[in-house]
Amino acid sequence: MEWFVFALGTLVVLLGAFGVVTRTNPVHAAVSLVGTFFGIAVLFIAQDAEFLAAMQVIVYAGAIVVLFLFVIMLLGVDGEEDLAVDPLPGQRPAGALVGAVLAVGLAVVVLVGAVTGARSVTAELDADVANPVAIGRVLFTDHLWAFEITSLLLIIAVVGAVALARHRPDAQVDDDLPGDALAADGPDADDAPASEDVTP
Amino acid sequence: MLASAPPAEAYLILSAVLFAAGGVGVLLRRNALVMFMCLELMLNAVNLAFVTYARELDDLGGQIAVFFVLVVAAAEVVVGLGIIVSIFRRRRGATADDLSLLKG
Repeated sequence: MEWFVFALGTLVVLLGAFGVVTRTNPVHAAVSLVGTFFGIAVLFIAQDAEFLAAMQVIVYAGAIVVLFLFVIMLLGVDGEEDLAVDPLPGQRPAGALVGAVLAVGLAVVVLVGAVTGARSVTAELDADVANPVAIGRVLFTDHLWAFEITSLLLIIAVVGAVALARHRPDAQVDDDLPGDALAADGPDADDAPASEDVTP
Repeated sequence: MLASAPPAEAYLILSAVLFAAGGVGVLLRRNALVMFMCLELMLNAVNLAFVTYARELDDLGGQIAVFFVLVVAAAEVVVGLGIIVSIFRRRRGATADDLSLLKG
C-alpha cells in the first residue's frame, strides 16, 4: 500500500516537473506546477508530515501558483515561447548534461552514503502527539527567535514588492535595444554645449 | 520481494531527480516566469529531502526547516514577481536573454 502511494506520488511529481520544464505556454507550466505540488503533498503525508502537506497545498498550490497565474494574466505573456531557437550554440546539450550529471551524482551519493547524525535531537516523531501540535511546540519554544525574524522578513518582502511594482508615470519604456535607449537618454544628448553650433 | 514501505533512499532519489529537473529548467528556459517556476521545483525537492531525513532520524527538526523554507519561498516569490512585473513594464515580451543591460 505504501509502495502504491509512493509510486502514484512519484508519477504525479515527475509528470508535473516534466510539464513545467517542457511546456512552451507559461499557463500550462503553472498548471503542471500544481500537479507537482500536490504530488509532494501526498509524499509528505506518506512520511507522517500532515501539517506540512496541508501547508504545501495551501501556500504553494493555493497562493504561489495563483500569484504566478495572476502575473501571467496581468502581463499578458501567456503566448507560446519559441523553444526551437537556441540563442547560445550548444547551451541545450550542455544544460541537459549538467542536469544528468547532477541527478546521477546525487543518486549515487544517496545510494553509497549512509544516514549519519544524532537521532531525535529536536523532538521525536511521536505518534501519540498530533503533528501540528508537535510542530507548534518546537516552533514556539526552540525556534521562537527564527519565527519572529520570519515575520520581519515577510513585512520587508511586502514593502519591497509594493515599491517595485508601483506604477511610476515618468518611468521610461524601452522599445528598442538597451544600448540605444541609454545613448538617447544619456546626459550627453541633451546637455551638449550649444555654443559651438552658433559660433559664426 | 519489496519491503512493506519505501525506504528513505527511494524518496531521496526522487528528490535528486526533481532537483535536477528544476536545475535543467533554470538552465534551458528563457522565460523569466518559467525559470522562477523551476526554482520552486528545486525548493520542493529540498523540502522532500528534509521531510525524508526527519522521518529517517526520527527528528522533528527537518519538518521545522521545511516550514521556514515555505515562508522564505513565499517572500521570495512576492519580491521576484514584483521585479518581473517591473521588468515587463519597461520591455514588452522580455526573455532572460534580452536583459543584457549590464553587458560590457
